[in-house]
Amino acid sequence: MNIDGLNNGIVLDHITAGKGMQIYEMLKLDKLDCTVAIIQNATSSKLGRKDIIKLDTVIDLNYDMIAFVDSNVTIDIIKDGRVCEKRSVKLPETLKNIISCHNPRCITSTEQGIDQIFHLVDPDRRIYRCAYCDTEYSEK
Amino acid sequence: MDKLKVKNNPRSLINITDLSVAEIDHLIETANDIIENPEAYQEICAHKKLATLFFEPSTRTRLSFTAAMQELGGDVLGFSEAASSSAAKGESVADTVQIVSLYADIIAMRHPKEGAPLVASRHSNVPVINAGDGGHFHPTQTLTDLLTISRKKGGLNNFTIGLCGDLKFGRTVHSLIEALMRYTGVKFILIAPPELRLPKYMKEKMNAAGAEWAEYEKLEDAMPDLDVLYMTRVQKERFFNEEDYVRLRDSYILTLDRLKPAKKDMIIMHPLPRVNEIAVEVDNDPRACYFYQAHCGKYIREALILFLLGLK
Repeated sequence: MNIDGLNNGIVLDHITAGKGMQIYEMLKLDKLDCTVAIIQNATSSKLGRKDIIKLDTVIDLNYDMIAFVDSNVTIDIIKDGRVCEKRSVKLPETLKNIISCHNPRCITSTEQGIDQIFHLVDPDRRIYRCAYCDTEYSEK
Repeated sequence: MDKLKVKNNPRSLINITDLSVAEIDHLIETANDIIENPEAYQEICAHKKLATLFFEPSTRTRLSFTAAMQELGGDVLGFSEAASSSAAKGESVADTVQIVSLYADIIAMRHPKEGAPLVASRHSNVPVINAGDGGHFHPTQTLTDLLTISRKKGGLNNFTIGLCGDLKFGRTVHSLIEALMRYTGVKFILIAPPELRLPKYMKEKMNAAGAEWAEYEKLEDAMPDLDVLYMTRVQKERFFNEEDYVRLRDSYILTLDRLKPAKKDMIIMHPLPRVNEIAVEVDNDPRACYFYQAHCGKYIREALILFLLGLK
């Protein structure tokens, strides 16, 4: 793949430097059979440094997941070598099966088959709470 | 039409905030009417069944629900510990509740896992009442507290309430604050050691609601201003060392001596069970109303059962 120019595919641009791999892992891009390029620490006039992910095919992506990791990301859909759609992502009000509750007293720790649901309670501080036990999500 | 088909998406009560202020006022009004006219309600739930699903032991809450349903003329079935339920065989909450909701008209559920009643409500064909989910919510305790305050103080607006003890982990305190901050003119005095202060997110909620609040470390300093004193248990397991626990526990014991600066018409509340945070000598003081409060619990649960069943 020519990472400078895509004929058909998706470009995840303006990823905060250092978050490219996290998005790659959460979206499970390693499971795809298309070509995937990750560019880390690219120079950006807007951000100083940024990461970029390029896919040489157009697939459905979980935009909530991308926004949860980094709401700066912009998504360009490329067709016939041209950007045919440009999207930004917004921190979702609800996350479903994207993150898991770490509270051992939460029903999700024992009950099989229920969705992991989190609600955004503070957009400024990006705080999500578990819909079942109200525990604030932390990555620890 | 298949007569076994049941109604979906019934109204449940998981958190006190599931109820609007108007609905809470309606429940209080109904409970007061039941207290005044019990005979008018004694057959209202005839042929209805309440399932009490208690996955962990409880004395007053389970008995209060049982007595409430019996006084409305209904029947009660259920279990009082997980060991005597199919949970012991590994059945999920969702499956248990789906089955029970085929046999009962309403469910009261206590579970040690936080959020279990919410899961139950999503799989039930009948209303689910959260009767306590771990350290999370206990909305019928809050309704009990609101009925008590309303009856003793003539309403739920314009008074000062002191909340004393474990304000960090105390679920009853958090729910009561959430309920009362929707009324007007309620001032909150938070009395706790630094280790057990009200969590920041609760203070942020109070600020967002425009509620007036102040924080004190000593009970004596807050006492003269209070119209309601709500005591909670300071639990040993919350402390890192025995020394801190003993020191703090003793400073939050309510005695007749500590009550001296209090208003003559202040009321003393406690969700019970108490251990040693209210001296037995206080029981005979006319301001003590924690047993009265437990009594109110039965009537507000009656009102809630009627409300959720759409009766009256």
